[in-house]
Amino acid sequence: MTKLRQTPSQTVGPYFAYGLSPNQYGYQQNLTGIAGSQMAEGDVDGQRIRVEGRVFDGAGNPISDALIEVWQADSLGRYAHPADPRGSNNTFKGFGRCGTGTDPRHRFWFDTIKPGKVSDDQAPHLNVIVTMRGMLLHAFTRVYFADEAAANAADKVLNAVPAERRGTLIATHQGGNVYRFDIHMQGDSETVFFDA
Amino acid sequence: MTETFNPRDWSGQPSYIAPDYKSTPLRGPTKPLIPLPPSLSELTGPVYGQDSVTGDDADLTRNGRRNGEPLGERIIVTGRVLDEDERPLPNTLLEIWQANAAGRYIHQTDQHDAPIDPNFFGGGRCVTDAQGHYRFLSVKPGAYPWPNHHNAWRPNHIHFSLFGPSFVTRLVTQMYFPGDPLLDLDPIFLATPAATRDLLIATFSLDVTEPSYALGYVFDIVLRGRRATPMEA
Repeated sequence: MTKLRQTPSQTVGPYFAYGLSPNQYGYQQNLTGIAGSQMAEGDVDGQRIRVEGRVFDGAGNPISDALIEVWQADSLGRYAHPADPRGSNNTFKGFGRCGTGTDPRHRFWFDTIKPGKVSDDQAPHLNVIVTMRGMLLHAFTRVYFADEAAANAADKVLNAVPAERRGTLIATHQGGNVYRFDIHMQGDSETVFFDA
Repeated sequence: MTETFNPRDWSGQPSYIAPDYKSTPLRGPTKPLIPLPPSLSELTGPVYGQDSVTGDDADLTRNGRRNGEPLGERIIVTGRVLDEDERPLPNTLLEIWQANAAGRYIHQTDQHDAPIDPNFFGGGRCVTDAQGHYRFLSVKPGAYPWPNHHNAWRPNHIHFSLFGPSFVTRLVTQMYFPGDPLLDLDPIFLATPAATRDLLIATFSLDVTEPSYALGYVFDIVLRGRRATPMEA
């Protein structure tokens, strides 16, 4: 038994932007954002990629007030966190945050580097938090890459997902350095969300 | 053995779909969540400490000033960030945002017909000290109407966002004020199981209150604790 109970989650609501993503929404004169879409800056090692997509509700409409957060390893699969004993590129923080309220088509996007493999049993992936008005608690998902077929086939997390749903976790290569990852909250193609 | 985090306390959390909160039925996941075995991806997380906070970030009565003080009842909101075993979580970032004293957000999509306060922004952040303490200065946010149902009003609240020690300890929540009659009518607050609802309500404290200056409220926040689990084969 634990001594205390976890504080319950509540919705992020529709007006998170000026608190959590002030630069993207134009409020940086009052508060400078800690993170945004631009995750790879300067001479960080790694292949530059863009991951973009939209978030759809159960009626198939794109959601304009979702917040997407990304946590990822560097190009060698190392996390910039003390629990990763290997250390990381010290200029790559690995965290990005983007709301869907500033793009006319309600896209989110991240300009980052392709992560390396964290371990032999995990393919390159982004760890994702999805939240929005209308969600009382956030959901966890992952982004894998379509052009990593061999690594994906050996990934222990993908292999724990029913085969017919695995595709919802795989970003499609759009050509160039762009990958597309749409998130479906519900429906036949509902994205796999994890109990992490 | 390896150290991981306790699971989410599902019995104390609101459900994804809470029909009285009418935005949830089309937005919450409906298929069962897939268990995710903990790996470095879940044991690590974004690191934002003291260097993420500057100047008046924790003083919302100052960080939006143009030509004077914001209107409203000055409040101090303080407390500790702890894990489930009551261990303080030091150097932990808290991000907050709230409506002004009239119940209006600065966000451009808020169309509520209440005045914007030219001297109030409503967003801020701070970091816990070595004992897990945090402290904000602000003004008490007003209640505001929302379109969920006829004559729906949100109780006074402040939004909180924390990462905690790892990716899986992330928490986004809201702090409410004691004695608010709107709490019993609010489908967002009421979506929380009765057993844990009170954890969302701050306590008024005369000890924290500063004479002739500001009312004091205490709001402790508990994140997922750690546990030892057998190493995966």
